[in-house]
Amino acid sequence: MNVAEKTKTIQPDSLIGKRIPKMDAPEKASGKTRYIHDIDLPGQLHGKILRSARVHARIRSIDTSAARALPGVHVVITAADIPDQRPIGVAKDHLPLKRDRVRSQRDEIAAVAAESEEIALQALKLIKVEYEDLPIISDPTEAIKPGAPLIHPEPHGADGSHEHLKQGMPVAYAGKPDNIAMRFDYGHGDVAQGEAESDVVIEDTFKLHYVTHCCMGVSGIIAEFDASGNLLMYSNTQVPFLHKREFAEYLNMDPSRIRIIQPPIGGGFGSKLDIYPFEVICVFLARAAKRPVKMVFSREEEFLASPTRQPVLLTLRSGCRKDGTLTFRQVHTLHDNGAYTSWGATTPFVMMQTFSSLYRVPHCDYHTTAVYTNNPYAGSFRGYGNLQATFAIEAHMDKLAEAIGMDPLDFRLKNAQEKGEVTGQGMSFKSCGFKECLTTAASRSDFRRKHRENIRNRNTPDPVKRGIGIASMLHVGGGAKIYPSDGCGTILKLDDFAHVTLITGASEIGQGSETVLSQLVCEELGLPISAVTVVNNDTDITPWDVGVHASRTTFIAGNSAIGAAKKAKAKILAAAAKKFECPEADLDLRGGFIIKAASGEPLIDLARLMRNLHFTEKAELVMTTFYYEPPSKHQDKGFKGDVSAAYAWATQVVEVEVDTETGIVRMTRVTGAHDVGRVLNRLGIEGQIEGGVVMGQGYALTEDLTIENGVMRNPNFRDYKLVTAPEIPEMDISFIESMDGEGPQGAKGVGEAPAICIAAATANAIYNATGVRIYGLPFTPERVYRALHGKAEKPYWKPWKPE
Amino acid sequence: MSLKHDIEFTLNGVKRRATVGVGMTTLDMLRDVIGLSGTKYGCGEGECGACTIVVDGASLNSCLMFAVDCHGRNVTTIEGLASDAKADALRDAFVLHGAVQCGFCTPGMMMQASHLLACHPDADADTIKRGIEGNLCRCTGYKKIVDAIASVGETAK
Repeated sequence: MNVAEKTKTIQPDSLIGKRIPKMDAPEKASGKTRYIHDIDLPGQLHGKILRSARVHARIRSIDTSAARALPGVHVVITAADIPDQRPIGVAKDHLPLKRDRVRSQRDEIAAVAAESEEIALQALKLIKVEYEDLPIISDPTEAIKPGAPLIHPEPHGADGSHEHLKQGMPVAYAGKPDNIAMRFDYGHGDVAQGEAESDVVIEDTFKLHYVTHCCMGVSGIIAEFDASGNLLMYSNTQVPFLHKREFAEYLNMDPSRIRIIQPPIGGGFGSKLDIYPFEVICVFLARAAKRPVKMVFSREEEFLASPTRQPVLLTLRSGCRKDGTLTFRQVHTLHDNGAYTSWGATTPFVMMQTFSSLYRVPHCDYHTTAVYTNNPYAGSFRGYGNLQATFAIEAHMDKLAEAIGMDPLDFRLKNAQEKGEVTGQGMSFKSCGFKECLTTAASRSDFRRKHRENIRNRNTPDPVKRGIGIASMLHVGGGAKIYPSDGCGTILKLDDFAHVTLITGASEIGQGSETVLSQLVCEELGLPISAVTVVNNDTDITPWDVGVHASRTTFIAGNSAIGAAKKAKAKILAAAAKKFECPEADLDLRGGFIIKAASGEPLIDLARLMRNLHFTEKAELVMTTFYYEPPSKHQDKGFKGDVSAAYAWATQVVEVEVDTETGIVRMTRVTGAHDVGRVLNRLGIEGQIEGGVVMGQGYALTEDLTIENGVMRNPNFRDYKLVTAPEIPEMDISFIESMDGEGPQGAKGVGEAPAICIAAATANAIYNATGVRIYGLPFTPERVYRALHGKAEKPYWKPWKPE
Repeated sequence: MSLKHDIEFTLNGVKRRATVGVGMTTLDMLRDVIGLSGTKYGCGEGECGACTIVVDGASLNSCLMFAVDCHGRNVTTIEGLASDAKADALRDAFVLHGAVQCGFCTPGMMMQASHLLACHPDADADTIKRGIEGNLCRCTGYKKIVDAIASVGETAK
């Protein structure tokens, strides 16, 4: 501090909006970061799971005797060995180890803990299972028909008898009288009136496909019981505190005896939001073996046994007046739930917001049926239903505009939400840069001119046609009040050297939360980013947080960190005011010093003040805590309510080249404008948006998890095509800083936003280029070629809901 | 019949021996026998590039190479880049350009980038994109990785 001490004044400086490198990047770029795959505990065994060889079958018998006899095998378990296992998941319809029936290809039948992975795999091969095949239901439209075979039919108790069957028993025991897993019905206004007031009404069915997260780091867990029976799990979960409570339920344990440590996570994107059978099974193995057990997926297993994005069949009916005013929307969707229920079934929470509130719609009617099939089951995935909803809505925005002869941008601007609006669903837009997103993305991409010119050029002899398409999105940007609390806690500690330890409930999954939270703290305390260490990975140390999901971490954990930092600052200034015998208001923190606020003159360096405070008779340390709960509200039973403290907006313009001779669509340019409230870390937010755009590109063009009759045909990176570096579009990203009043330094969430509009905008761009609209994804050469040559069947699903 | 072989090779500049199973991949040898965990398993079939290493001046997927084939050869892993000044500049560029998010693809990406620059010091953005085509990243959308690599190439100077 010698140099700084000589300076007479310290100028104000800010980290907000700067390009701050991620704090964990040097370790990661050196290969030193220890992911779960890199952790081994002394005495550790390796766990492996035997999955079903059939899609839908009764289990006649399981013979594990040869596996148990294999040298090096410690434990073999089946459902019969775990009589107390309890159903897991959103609908409690899923026993980790299957008892008498498998319902999908991924189903767990037995598990082994052995000295090595090789021995465990060898043991799996020695387990003999006899099956009796059952009819496979892989088409959700078949699954809802009366008389369809049931996926969860048989009522039986936990011990196999019928005696346990009572009202209120979970689905896993009581079964279901039909294949309907979940229902969502929402409405505002009167769609009949809306339709009567319409000059144009259109109806289309959209078919959205299976894709999956493809985290580069495969799933894994290590479970260990200590001598007193306390459970320690190393887990990549995105929701450690919810996990603690849920695991306690599934294991019949006291939650306070469960500790979760999160090693750095090799990609999440929503895939680690639920508890999966492998995690519970690993704990069973550790309990039985009395040794730590590590279980890590192979890539094939990652494909087979991870959740997917929800495939959706969606019929949308919309109308507008000749002047371009939207009149109504009626939506029916059929969600393919797969064999069990995870968060994918609940994506209507987000989908209906987009239908009801992205544009002003006076009348809206929304219905979802999530139906059991023998397919893989769907979980949460970045965007949470919003990619599917936006795909349908933005196709209709283009079609309606064309039907009334209005420019597609003008049509959107006429119906776009504005600041101050409270929507039919009760969402209150306190900051809203939607119109600026629209105009910015349109002007930076020269949308109007290109859109007109591309239409004129459709009939030129060049087989390669250019197209431009626009789409926008609305998403929660200030948390989402789903659980009793949507908050996050922070503990802040300054040591004798003014080094800050920021202990936060919020998880880092690569998005850069450690860095942003540190920036926010440094901004309050006038410290450089190097003055902060973040602790965020241990439920025994960190305060509660609901989890890293819903684009909430910057907003919620950020406000929490600021709250703790403000309390620390107040304590420091109070001590300094006493020392220098002046009012606190005359002092400030800057550059690692206590300064005179008016002049910037340094009075004492912060580290020395910390020591002054500590090593006196009144010995004190600066340690503060803060819990931030956003001022949002739970939805009522009709799904109405202001669930987020802020809402994020974005418009993305996609430009494509369509080769009409091959069907190949090349994405050439993406122009995005994002209302992010305020940019906190420019480097981080750019990276998050670019990554989201390319994830959206994969959803639009290349990724297609092929499920045929319940069997996954492409569980590998050779046949499941992720976008590679040469395919990425040129990207032009603008930030609309609407300065949200509740957001940390004005910021709103952005994590999911960039992936949401790309497929929708690409569909509009292909139409702009060719005059052909394609209603299903992805836009592979084959699908596009068929559509361009009149060989594609337009999907149609007659709107349906149960009586 | 012995299912194990003793091999001798140079790893990150240091001569060493290892006893490896005949069916073992170089990736498993590095991670499980030698204990260097910087090289990552992403797919096990040469599609993702997370396990990229350099052997006798060629970059390859260590999941597709038998460990016994390392015998007599010169192997460099991400840990070996620590003593390479050019790699320091590359690592700093990855950090400063925001090329790292979850970081799981990063060691493989670093290995491929360092190899690419050794072969094509003047690589432009298109060459770089082709050069890292075999390395999948799910977080960044590749742009910042390309920017980082380009910034230490000769064209940037």
